[in-house]
Amino acid sequence: MKHLLSVQELSRAGTLRILDTALELNQVTDGGTKILPTLRGRTVVNLFYEDSTRTRISFERAAKRLSADVVTFSAKGSSVSKGESLKDTALTLNAMGADMIVVRHPSPGAAHRLAHAGWLESSVLNAGDGKHEHPTQALGDAFTLRAHLRPGAKDFAGLTIGIVGDVLHSRVARSNIFLLGILGAKVIVIGPPTLLPVGIENWPCEVSYSLDAYLPELDAIMMLRVQQERMNGTFFPSELEYSRTFGLNRKRARELPEHAIVMHPGPMNRGVEITAEVADSAQSVITEQVVNGLVVRMASMYLLIGGNVSVA
Amino acid sequence: MSLNSYLIVGARPYGEEEQDIRIINGRIAEIGIGLDPENLDAVQAKGRVCLPSFVDLHTHLREPGREDAETIASGSRAATLGGFSAVFAMANTAPVADTAGVVEQVWRIGRESGLVDVFPVGAVSIGLRGQALAELGAMAGSAAGVTVFSDDGHCVFDPLLMRRALEYVKTFDGVIAQHAQDPRLTQGAQMNESELSGILGLTGWPAVAEEAIIARDVLLALHVDSRLHICHVSTAGSVAIIRWAKKMGVRVSAEVTPHHLLLTEDLVAGFDPVYKVNPPLRSRADTLALREALVDGTIDIVATDHAPHPHEAKDCEWDNAAFGMLGLETALGVVVSAMRDVPNWNWRTLSDRMSSTPARIGRAINHGRPLAVGERAHLVLIDPDQGRLVVAEQLASLSGNTPYAGMTLPVSVTDVFFNGIHQVQGGVLNA
Ligand SMILES: [Zn+2]
Repeated sequence: MKHLLSVQELSRAGTLRILDTALELNQVTDGGTKILPTLRGRTVVNLFYEDSTRTRISFERAAKRLSADVVTFSAKGSSVSKGESLKDTALTLNAMGADMIVVRHPSPGAAHRLAHAGWLESSVLNAGDGKHEHPTQALGDAFTLRAHLRPGAKDFAGLTIGIVGDVLHSRVARSNIFLLGILGAKVIVIGPPTLLPVGIENWPCEVSYSLDAYLPELDAIMMLRVQQERMNGTFFPSELEYSRTFGLNRKRARELPEHAIVMHPGPMNRGVEITAEVADSAQSVITEQVVNGLVVRMASMYLLIGGNVSVA
Repeated sequence: MSLNSYLIVGARPYGEEEQDIRIINGRIAEIGIGLDPENLDAVQAKGRVCLPSFVDLHTHLREPGREDAETIASGSRAATLGGFSAVFAMANTAPVADTAGVVEQVWRIGRESGLVDVFPVGAVSIGLRGQALAELGAMAGSAAGVTVFSDDGHCVFDPLLMRRALEYVKTFDGVIAQHAQDPRLTQGAQMNESELSGILGLTGWPAVAEEAIIARDVLLALHVDSRLHICHVSTAGSVAIIRWAKKMGVRVSAEVTPHHLLLTEDLVAGFDPVYKVNPPLRSRADTLALREALVDGTIDIVATDHAPHPHEAKDCEWDNAAFGMLGLETALGVVVSAMRDVPNWNWRTLSDRMSSTPARIGRAINHGRPLAVGERAHLVLIDPDQGRLVVAEQLASLSGNTPYAGMTLPVSVTDVFFNGIHQVQGGVLNA
């Protein structure tokens, strides 16, 4: 594997390889706190066309934990904000000898273009391309689900996972739906029809417009962020109506099975898709998701550019 | 020895029985078997299909304004190499072709290039802004003699403006060519709206955005009894509406592009913007409906929507790339590739759809004429057995945005006569 662009390019075996490597890295680094020499001498470039401090820091830390040299180009204060084309930036990074480009870009397929347009030779890791995919988020979520619900398992058969909200605009939802499908979980997508993409009925998931109907069946529920710009009345009538119909509050959380976990990719709109009470409850694994995102990013980097070096 | 006089030996008019064709002073003087070459240059054409040269009702030549992408001269070279004798140059230039001055300039530069006849299309609205009618009458009455009006690139979305435009062009037998795209339903649209657009996270361009405008416009054309032409029909639903409209007696004609006949949306999955085009590539079912409609005449013509773009406009990420693909030099091969296995398709049908009918819609009276004695010698010779590998860098167009690079198209244009001038020989343009 040279690039990580989309979970749809992963097999079940390839997915498990990343998850197992992440588990191993998690152990030898005490949850990503110790530094390993694995990628010493390699250069990882974080190329961020969107301002996403959380994701950028997670990738920076992942690379540093593996002793890679890290260079960050972010939307503010570098050539990427001055209208330089993606191609020219790619040519520059190629000349710098970057081993890996971690790219976050608002255009679907941007990571794909970097990997395949012939502009550079580096490995490319997609850190979110528009509404398309965010594979390491889904891998981190799979890591979390596995740890809680299927420790050490080779698949997610028998698990039912609800994904709730704005699937139309969510790269996290896309990557999760397809990755969970690869792992054999049953996925139920729940949201208003205006926020579900055309053709979703042919994806590896069931679709429902009712959250309440499914709560007792779910082993895990992932709440998606509702973007501010969708709240202007064009996708649903009001924030209040949305949270009433699709928000996860205490009453709904009580309908979940006792073992079920509550997930959110962050950043949350507390009070819209999830109440503060539920987000901070014992069922919530939201802060764990952040840590697990870090270890799967380390694992992905290692597998993409680590060559034959052993993990530690 | 007379000027522009030849004897074409052994060509097959409309792909039928071999004949010799004598051209004298730029006109067809005689058609028959075993003609005496006398003192004429003989052009050996055994096995070649001979057709009247093609007419493209929908070309973007980019001059004035974007001469880095294409000029009237370079587009004319591409057109003649593709077997065309006339092209209709769309109005979305800079400045927009919305005045008699601009259309006359385009027409004059076309005449100076001299390889094909360039008929300027006039804008429907000032600046293509869809608010006020452009100088339709002045453009019609200019030296360019404009008969086709279009805001192509933009839809004439205001139904009242569309109605007025349809009414107004009746005074000079004009036609309004509509780029049917509801702008509200296609805000930020990047590809066909489908299961694939959902998976790729690209904003969808739904079929209904085209079909709703066509439905509205055929009703308007019926109401005011005027001539409507639908640009680049791309969906099966549009075909059904046009079929119904024709049955109702609406004076509507329609075009399909070579790329919508051959290519499908699954090519978008690799995010290569060379496949980004407006309207977008659609489903396999749509291409099959378009092919059937082209055979049965529901869709009247093929038009290229030749849309050159400089390299950097496509060498980027999908969202930021320009819409459009080259079409002139590959049109014949692509049409044959898409249509050859469709029942009832033959060289006569192709000739009707690519030559005589587009000429009639555009009122280009000297083009699209039959292969007959007395007609101007706008002729194309085609090798029906010799395919041609498309190499972007070898095209005459100043741009290279062809989606067919690396493909071998099944037939090739070998020779082109324009007013009897043998300007393409062996697939090469005489300097
Ligand atoms: Zn158009």
